[in-house]
Amino acid sequence: MGLTLTLPLLLPLVAALLLFAVRTRRRASHALAVASATAALVASVVLLVVVLRDGIAVIAIGRWPAPYGIVLVADILSAAMVTVCALVTWATVVYATAWIDRSRESAGFFALVFVLLFGVNGAFLTGDLFNLYVWFEVMLMASFVLLVLGVERGQVEGGIKYVALNLLSSTLFLTATGILYGISGTLNFADLSRVLASADPRIVSVVAVLFAVAFGIKAGVFPLFFWLPASYHTPPVPVSALFAGLLTKVGVYALVRVFTLLFVHDPGWTHRILLSSAAATMLTGVLGALAQQDVRRILSFHIVSQIGYMVMGLALLTPLGLAASVFYIVHHIVVKTNLSLIGGLVERPGGTGSLARLGGLFRTRPWLGVLFLVPAFSLAGIPPLSGFVAKLLVIRAGLEAGAYLVTAVAIVVGLLTLLSMLKIWNEAFWKESTDRPVATDRLPLRLVLPTVVLATVTVALGVFAEPILRLAHQAAGQLLDPEAYRTAVLGTTAHAASAREG
Amino acid sequence: MSTLPSLILRTAVRWIAPLLLLFSLFLLVRGHHEPGGGFSGGLIASTGFALLTFGYDLVTARRLLRVHPSALVLAGVGLALASGAVPMLGGQPFLTGLWVTIPLTGEAALKLGTPLVFDVGVYLAVIGATLAMLFAFAEE
Repeated sequence: MGLTLTLPLLLPLVAALLLFAVRTRRRASHALAVASATAALVASVVLLVVVLRDGIAVIAIGRWPAPYGIVLVADILSAAMVTVCALVTWATVVYATAWIDRSRESAGFFALVFVLLFGVNGAFLTGDLFNLYVWFEVMLMASFVLLVLGVERGQVEGGIKYVALNLLSSTLFLTATGILYGISGTLNFADLSRVLASADPRIVSVVAVLFAVAFGIKAGVFPLFFWLPASYHTPPVPVSALFAGLLTKVGVYALVRVFTLLFVHDPGWTHRILLSSAAATMLTGVLGALAQQDVRRILSFHIVSQIGYMVMGLALLTPLGLAASVFYIVHHIVVKTNLSLIGGLVERPGGTGSLARLGGLFRTRPWLGVLFLVPAFSLAGIPPLSGFVAKLLVIRAGLEAGAYLVTAVAIVVGLLTLLSMLKIWNEAFWKESTDRPVATDRLPLRLVLPTVVLATVTVALGVFAEPILRLAHQAAGQLLDPEAYRTAVLGTTAHAASAREG
Repeated sequence: MSTLPSLILRTAVRWIAPLLLLFSLFLLVRGHHEPGGGFSGGLIASTGFALLTFGYDLVTARRLLRVHPSALVLAGVGLALASGAVPMLGGQPFLTGLWVTIPLTGEAALKLGTPLVFDVGVYLAVIGATLAMLFAFAEE
């Protein structure tokens, strides 16, 4: 038990150390990076299987018992997130071995990717609020260095916006954590959820809003998303792909965690705020995307828009809504990373992502056009791809909960997403080529293979949706049952104590 | 970086730098039960090298450190990680403290454990990280 839960953290850290040691030796670092990513993927799948079989897994680090020590907790949501993140990291690492230049590699690119994965996995697995903050910082440091590695002018500008906004978010996070500790005297998630039930609901509401803002910045929720489109398109393609897949989703995960486990005292108020913000996020994101003329900028705005769907499922706080959120996050991480990777392949021949200067790609690379359509249609929600199931779930959950206005927004945004995807397709693939000669060199297998694998996963998530749906429903069931979480972390004695107090 | 022409600083550094290094070791070993530890020890040790950089020059400080700062980070984090992984061999959770008591003469006994190894790892990593930053600035 201990090993399955700690390996998803230890493997990336060991990998980062080794990769840093061999960073100047190209072949060795490529082999090691791909091997470590594969190992991390296997470890996370094992964790998911164990959690599905035995229920919530808990380990007290250093054998200091909760709520005093620090625990790692994996419920189905955490384990599923770790697994999907390991999958897209694997794809990105394989892709990066053929993309990243030598100078970035010898500056420690691959080591940083694994530090990032270390932070992301830590955020998913921790059962302690302050540790969540620490993992966010690990992630922030790694991502900031990845963002400015190789210093190009636009990159540094985007990096400064990114780091400034994220530091602001961290400050709010830390402040809110401090207040929460002041009123409850504990930072363990399970213990907090027990104590907060009897705390003054007005203070808890204030803290809840502080957390919503802090995590909202990380997740890129309206009106706090503007840093994201400003920075995500500047770094090399594998870095943007990794960011697009992982970073904002950690923010969404944190929102899901605290707004199902801790702040459920007054859903009519706190979750109403989340719901209206979700609708605005969907709409502004997709409108922003429609106004853009550059492949990677369009894709960055779509991240924002899609975050809205995930937050909407959470804000409904119904079993179906949460299941929709979980399914949506899983689907989105795969699709978004893949779109960014394919976006890189689209840009590669011309060296530009500007739609006006692209064109005629379908004539030279018809298969790339088809490959692009898989995640693009999935993002827009065309059956039988994963996005269809995800959107259907969100919309059904919205109708069931009677949130008609938000549901209408969700449907319209789906159509607009399709429009925006078709714009890329028309301009880059279908339109007659401009005067520039079209490149016909073969793309290396290491660039194509990851995108094909991720596209296959997208199709599989849509066609064989049943097992994933069951998983999402189970995850939602766990999220809506804080008592089970408390019992798993604090044990039956604490359970008895809380019953006595109550 | 041009050397500061301060004879006072130079002379003082010759004495202060070794003292700082000794003091940092004292803090490191004292740290488990009393204020101190790897982090503060590491910071003080890197202050010693910082003074060398300013009093003499970058080349001298680099020569006296003998290894590249990033190698120290690598060794430090590796050591900390290893100290946490050792208990896992015995089926204990990651980072569980394992202790051995070495009897000394008379009543005295020395308690050594994996937390000390962890602290040494932190100590090295902090020196490495601080000096990597300092040397990078001093180069400009």
